[in-house]
Amino acid sequence: MHNTLTLKQAISKLKNKELTHKDLYQAVSDSVQGKNKKLNVYLTVSKNPEKQAEELLDTPLAGVPIAVKDNFCTLNLRTTASSTVLDNFIPQFESTVITKLKKAGGVVYGKTNMDAWAHGSSTETSQYGRTLNPRNIDHLPGGSSGGSAAAVAADMCIAALGTETAGSIRQPAAWCGVVGLKPTYGRCSRYGVVAMASSTDSPGPITKTVEDAAILLNHIAGPDKYDATTGPHGVPDFTQYIGKGVKGLKIGYIYKDLKGLEAVTKIFEKEMKVFEKLGATVTVVDAMNPRYGISVYTIVQRGEVSSNLGRYDGIRYGNDRSHFGDEAKRRIMLGTYTLSKGYADQYYNTAQKVRTLYIKNYEELFKTYDVLIAPTSPGFAKKIGATQGAAMFGELEDLLLEASSLSGLPGISIPCYQDPKTNLFLGMNIIAPMWREDLVIQVADAYEQATNWNTWRTKEKAKK
Amino acid sequence: METITTEKNTYKLVCGMEIHAELKTNSKMFCGCKNDPFGAKQPNIYTCPVCLGMPGGLPVANKTAIEWTIKVGLALGCKINLFSKFDRKNYFYPDLAKAYQISQYDLPFCYDGVVETSYGPVRITRIHLEEDTGKLQHTTINGKKVSLIDYNRSSVPLMEIVSEPDIHSPEQAKEYAKKIRDLLRYLEVADCDMDQGGMRLEANISLAEKSAQKLPNYKVEVKNINSFRFAEQAITYEMDRQAKILDDGKTPVQETRGFDSVKISTFSQRTKEDAEDYRYFPDPDLPPITFTQKQIDAMRNELPELIIEKISRWEKEFAVEPRYSNLLIDSTQTAQLLEEAFTTLQKNNQEPNKLANVLANKKLAFEKTVEKLVQKFSELFATDTVPESEILSVINSIMEANPDAVAKYKAGQKQVVGFFMGQTLRAIGKKIDTKELTKLLQQELEK
Repeated sequence: MHNTLTLKQAISKLKNKELTHKDLYQAVSDSVQGKNKKLNVYLTVSKNPEKQAEELLDTPLAGVPIAVKDNFCTLNLRTTASSTVLDNFIPQFESTVITKLKKAGGVVYGKTNMDAWAHGSSTETSQYGRTLNPRNIDHLPGGSSGGSAAAVAADMCIAALGTETAGSIRQPAAWCGVVGLKPTYGRCSRYGVVAMASSTDSPGPITKTVEDAAILLNHIAGPDKYDATTGPHGVPDFTQYIGKGVKGLKIGYIYKDLKGLEAVTKIFEKEMKVFEKLGATVTVVDAMNPRYGISVYTIVQRGEVSSNLGRYDGIRYGNDRSHFGDEAKRRIMLGTYTLSKGYADQYYNTAQKVRTLYIKNYEELFKTYDVLIAPTSPGFAKKIGATQGAAMFGELEDLLLEASSLSGLPGISIPCYQDPKTNLFLGMNIIAPMWREDLVIQVADAYEQATNWNTWRTKEKAKK
Repeated sequence: METITTEKNTYKLVCGMEIHAELKTNSKMFCGCKNDPFGAKQPNIYTCPVCLGMPGGLPVANKTAIEWTIKVGLALGCKINLFSKFDRKNYFYPDLAKAYQISQYDLPFCYDGVVETSYGPVRITRIHLEEDTGKLQHTTINGKKVSLIDYNRSSVPLMEIVSEPDIHSPEQAKEYAKKIRDLLRYLEVADCDMDQGGMRLEANISLAEKSAQKLPNYKVEVKNINSFRFAEQAITYEMDRQAKILDDGKTPVQETRGFDSVKISTFSQRTKEDAEDYRYFPDPDLPPITFTQKQIDAMRNELPELIIEKISRWEKEFAVEPRYSNLLIDSTQTAQLLEEAFTTLQKNNQEPNKLANVLANKKLAFEKTVEKLVQKFSELFATDTVPESEILSVINSIMEANPDAVAKYKAGQKQVVGFFMGQTLRAIGKKIDTKELTKLLQQELEK
């Protein structure tokens, strides 16, 4: 059962020689062998990953197995972004985040399924088949980092990496009942990550606990000379904000009265009281309506997608453009249209102006509040097949995340409720000003430790 | 030739130019690869995930290339945008790795400058920076026709200088383009090797009726002109072609044409109907670029003395005629060499303009050092020392042999002195100072 260890536990057991790499990798391998056929989590598994792991004991991550979303270019390891366009693509270079992960002693256990090109919030657009939600296999894991979230939920790895453009880390984390941290735009390098929407793509950790997310973020964050959009900001030790509590912090509770959110709000309201008990003040506040975010995000992202996918022209990657799936084709067409002469002003430029309004709205709110909190997603994980005929599925599921993603803010989704009948989870999304991952980690950790919604924390407590 | 007159009408040329020049920075525009496409021994050796457009490759702007562009802008009297950005120009072509070219759309680094030509000023609309494409090679391998792509040139920094339609003759177009080349070489930012495509010219050509005040309602773009002479020829050809169409009461088709340097004619490549929509938008991979006025002022102060300033100073200080200077200055090194040579000559009481003259007329070649140049120049005009008594005796014997010529001189035909000069020089068979000789001849003839 070593595969159920958290990142923190695994590192500590390996370093204390309470656990061997062989046993750890055997447990993960057994778990993958037992479940992958059904869940379709991994598209590619590394050859003999434990071999490299043994030499990494003295590194910070001690050689633990990490699941990596299949849009990170991994040296000599097939990278498809879940599209058959890249069916045979074996990168001759590596994304900066993976280089950093390896340097810190993380081992790429395998590459996880995702929505093709990260287009979607379900994994149903993957050209290698959908992933199932390990909490309830009649349901979707969410996406686009659905494979990574499922890998964590099913203990098919110790921790995982995903990427988020607007919800792609936090929404699947919420649906799978795990922790998903979307760092500030520019905190983690995009170099070597198959581009989706360049102005919001953010790599980040998907983990079993908030502390695990802090540990992983420590090692993948930081400025990169190969990505001009990374910030010069130094990386603090994020684990120092674990166990700090929330006493005296000002929390803004947003989207409480948003239409269509009633069922979730009923549960969520109660959970917000936890913070008051922990000594923070919670105030219900109005934020700019997130519904405009759908339009803004759709226009900006489709435009960038149409440009970013132009390079898959059939000259260099084996398969040509006929291999694009329906979702990619839809996005290319819409983006091409909105960027066309005569329409760019009406669509793209207007969208950028509204984006600025969101940024200003957040700046205003953060003058008063340390963090803002709302549900991660408008409901529980949807049933498999739910995306059928729903072209805007992802945009609607990510309604509560798009505005903050467009603004570049850091956010974390943590489990805050589990339905006893379906086993499915709701997530809580905590956002903070740019470069303040420390705050989201601090607040999320306080909640996680004070409640019993986190599968691994609860197990830990039961042992004690 | 500013106008073209047909049987029916007289038209004037309205022409603007777009000049592309590859900057000679060490590395490429958006990655660390070596920028040496012409020196590369093999195709695709100076490439990386970024200039190959691999998934996840990201551009990082070359600071030097940006500074050089601003330097050129300042030298052309441009205003500088303190806030500018890079945009994506989306189009498909096999040599374009990313299916978009990173360029600048609405906020170029420089705008509103001017180039003075002997036919009048040509205003500069804008100067922006972009990246070059790869190169296609169409060939046959094992009997099969193939197109190969060489990405050595992909993402090499490319500066584009766009002029207003202020060019009114093919000769002016040639002079304008040459001045741009000379400046880029002088500032040492580009080699402008036109044979290899290091500098490429495009002309937007149209004709207006001689008295017309407004600009014509069409323009024809002639692309891929790779010599100054071709630019002149292409414009001349277009003037003729367009005048015939206008004579028929029609408007020439707005289109892009290529130049055929063998037939010396242009041919249609693309009409407006299928003109591309480039779907420009700001490149989200590159943050906007900002400068303070202070930074721009500092760059202006670091500029070397401009060619135009130097030419007028040389005229004042060394009495060197501008027409020679204009021809001679094509790089900072030549300018430096000439400056030192002129100073030395002036000290030695020799005429700097004489040196400029012989260099411009190719009677003397440039030397690597000032010493060598001055020495060669002096040798060209060196005189042998011949005793005055010897010269006088030669003069007197020639006078005795040519009494008629002496009589003519005395009758007031002073130009006869030239005849005696020639005779004397031939008889002595050595280089002697002609000024001195003239004095002696006049003295003897007037006795």
